[in-house]
Amino acid sequence: MTDLLNALVAFANFVFIPAMAYGSQLALGALGVTLIYGILRFSNFAHGDTMALGTMITVLVTWWLQSLGVSFGPLPTALLALPVGIGGCMALVLVTDRLVYRFYREQKAKPVILVIVSMGVMFIYNGLTRFIIGPDDQRFADGERFIISARDFKEMTGLDEGLAFKTTQGLTIVTAVIVVALLFWFLNRTRTGKSMRAYSDNEDLALLSGINPERVVTYTWLIVAALATVAGVLYGLDKSFKPFVYFQLLLPIFASAIVGGLGSPLGAIAGGFIIAFSEVTITYAWKKVLGYLLPESLEPSGLVQLLSTDYKFAVSFMILLIVLLFRPTGLFRGKSV
Amino acid sequence: MSPALKNAMLFALVAVLIVVTGISQSWNSALLILNMGLVSAIMAIGVNLQWGFAGLFNVGVMGFVALGGLAAVLVSMPPVGEAWAAGGLGVLAALAIGAGTVVLAILGYRRLAKGRSIAVAAILVCGFFLFRAVFDPSVAAVEGVNPAATGYLGGLGLPVLLAWPVGGLLAAGAAWLIGKTALGLRSDYLAIATLGIAEIIISVMKNEDWLARGVKNVVGLPRPVPYEIDLQNDPGFAMRASALGLDPVTASTLYVKLGYTALFVVVLLLLLWMAQMALKSPWGRMMRAIRDNETAAEAMGKDVTRRHLQVFVLGSAVCGIAGAMMTTLDGQLTPGTYQPLRFTFLIWVMVIVGGSGNNFGAVLGALLIWFLWVQVEPIGLFLMNVLTAGMADGSALKAHLLDSAAHMRLLTMGVVLLLVLRFSPRGLIPER
Repeated sequence: MTDLLNALVAFANFVFIPAMAYGSQLALGALGVTLIYGILRFSNFAHGDTMALGTMITVLVTWWLQSLGVSFGPLPTALLALPVGIGGCMALVLVTDRLVYRFYREQKAKPVILVIVSMGVMFIYNGLTRFIIGPDDQRFADGERFIISARDFKEMTGLDEGLAFKTTQGLTIVTAVIVVALLFWFLNRTRTGKSMRAYSDNEDLALLSGINPERVVTYTWLIVAALATVAGVLYGLDKSFKPFVYFQLLLPIFASAIVGGLGSPLGAIAGGFIIAFSEVTITYAWKKVLGYLLPESLEPSGLVQLLSTDYKFAVSFMILLIVLLFRPTGLFRGKSV
Repeated sequence: MSPALKNAMLFALVAVLIVVTGISQSWNSALLILNMGLVSAIMAIGVNLQWGFAGLFNVGVMGFVALGGLAAVLVSMPPVGEAWAAGGLGVLAALAIGAGTVVLAILGYRRLAKGRSIAVAAILVCGFFLFRAVFDPSVAAVEGVNPAATGYLGGLGLPVLLAWPVGGLLAAGAAWLIGKTALGLRSDYLAIATLGIAEIIISVMKNEDWLARGVKNVVGLPRPVPYEIDLQNDPGFAMRASALGLDPVTASTLYVKLGYTALFVVVLLLLLWMAQMALKSPWGRMMRAIRDNETAAEAMGKDVTRRHLQVFVLGSAVCGIAGAMMTTLDGQLTPGTYQPLRFTFLIWVMVIVGGSGNNFGAVLGALLIWFLWVQVEPIGLFLMNVLTAGMADGSALKAHLLDSAAHMRLLTMGVVLLLVLRFSPRGLIPER
């Protein structure tokens, strides 16, 4: 019985909680990609760098607050800075839309041209981030480190395995739930949200019924900027902030959005968790968990790790390929233009 | 001004830029820029084949370039006999088991009717564990052989020039596999699939030490041109150098770089000629017809997916050749330096700026953008020095601005790409 509990705790500690946190971050990122795809109808390659920019603004404001001695008690100060980060990111994407994307929208350019344009935007955002904050790792998390630390947990339960639940992980999951709930409330209950969904479903019909496309697009960018910044800040708090890593997040984020079905918000969330859980389970060394579960004679000698952690990209990619081959529109039947 | 004259002037402009670099900085750096520019031009031809001719959106250029680099190691480095004895056959057997499992799974999926998902899953799981059981000990044995110097299987010990076509073949093989699965899906999906495969190729090259030493890098690749030190020790060479008014050291470095330039120009002209012939041929016209209207081309009886696969493989092969050439030029394979911004997206900027659909445009764009990529850094630093001249020495902002000048190049590339897309979407030398 204790063995079983120990196994469960080890599983929760090394697989379940990290995957939940990572999955929430991916889901928030994928929601942004999927909304852009649904409303503006292109795959936004600049999304990872949008996340990085929003996070960078938040980091800078956090440092400023920290230098003033402001803190948020046990919670990270970055939460206080988050609204400013979101605001800055919103301003930036709106300016980008006016200066860059609107021209192609008015021309009714092909989606692939917009993708190339987003490549240019990606270069600029990436350059801006490196220009302002540099390419190095930045840590900006503060406040209480753990909700439950491994040692406390061991003392509390008397088990051999510890369960560490980091504040940032808890925060990530809670924030993701709140943000997603808000988003779905907005999309399903408000007038603007409904017009966004109508525009995404059928552009011509939406235009005929008097929906102002520019307004829809503006709101989309605002929401995407907020989602990207929140996702980026949560990821940065949980791990650390490094511009290049955010660029690399593009792949799992796209994989999540496509696995769920591009254009489907619900799919993006499901996709995020599918990708996160498979990445973590396939690259986790199961020796510890199996050691508790199996009788001693069967105890594995190796690490029982299916793939080394360096190949986590390969995992998201494999799932992406399998879904594309067998269900090209994704699990939740997204769009296929 | 006729288009031909304008194009000639654009190429002359690039030549002038390189000559100015040679005079104002040094001929060595000018030739360095030119050589990498030529390699980039070949990559740009490859991307132009895919995007310009056929409208395929490949953002995995980096992966094919890296495969070319891998070929350079596998072909030219001497084999490590001890490692082969320790576990070479085991590794090969494991790879054969892996490939066999995949083939068996595909066959099973195609042939079996009932319970095929269970059968396929069983084949894959059993195959995977069998593969790991054979693979892991062999790899450990190979990597255990003198890890500081070798720790890998080595190559075939053949002339390095042979690696260039082999690099093309390796990239073509990978492209065929990707194309088989991802082509025929929507264009965005091909983009994401290629982006992913490039990352995977790089992570394989970083982590599989038995293959090409991973992040420990393979250095000292054989060269197709003589070594500087041999030239300097050759009395005849020193005499000819002094006759030209150069000291032997400078002369030898220039001689080596010019040797590479000559080789690269030959390959570039050959590929350019082939690409031009392909463009003018019925095949090229068919490709462009498919690009402009897939449905119409399909109605005319053209097999769109097959043609796409063909051109995707060809374009990737060209990128692979360029990758092998680049690794030969560097004399080392460093998987850690492959970055998508530099090896995928920058090539795209070259093609778009030069003029997608036009081979000469791709070459011009590559030379021009590469020049800019290299020279933006000193220019940025100069600008920052001018900007911050009024600031007090030692101020944090001034130091930060000067440090950040190095990151100007990404910004510049983005601005150039967006400006070209907006105001001259067909590029400097538009498609005819």
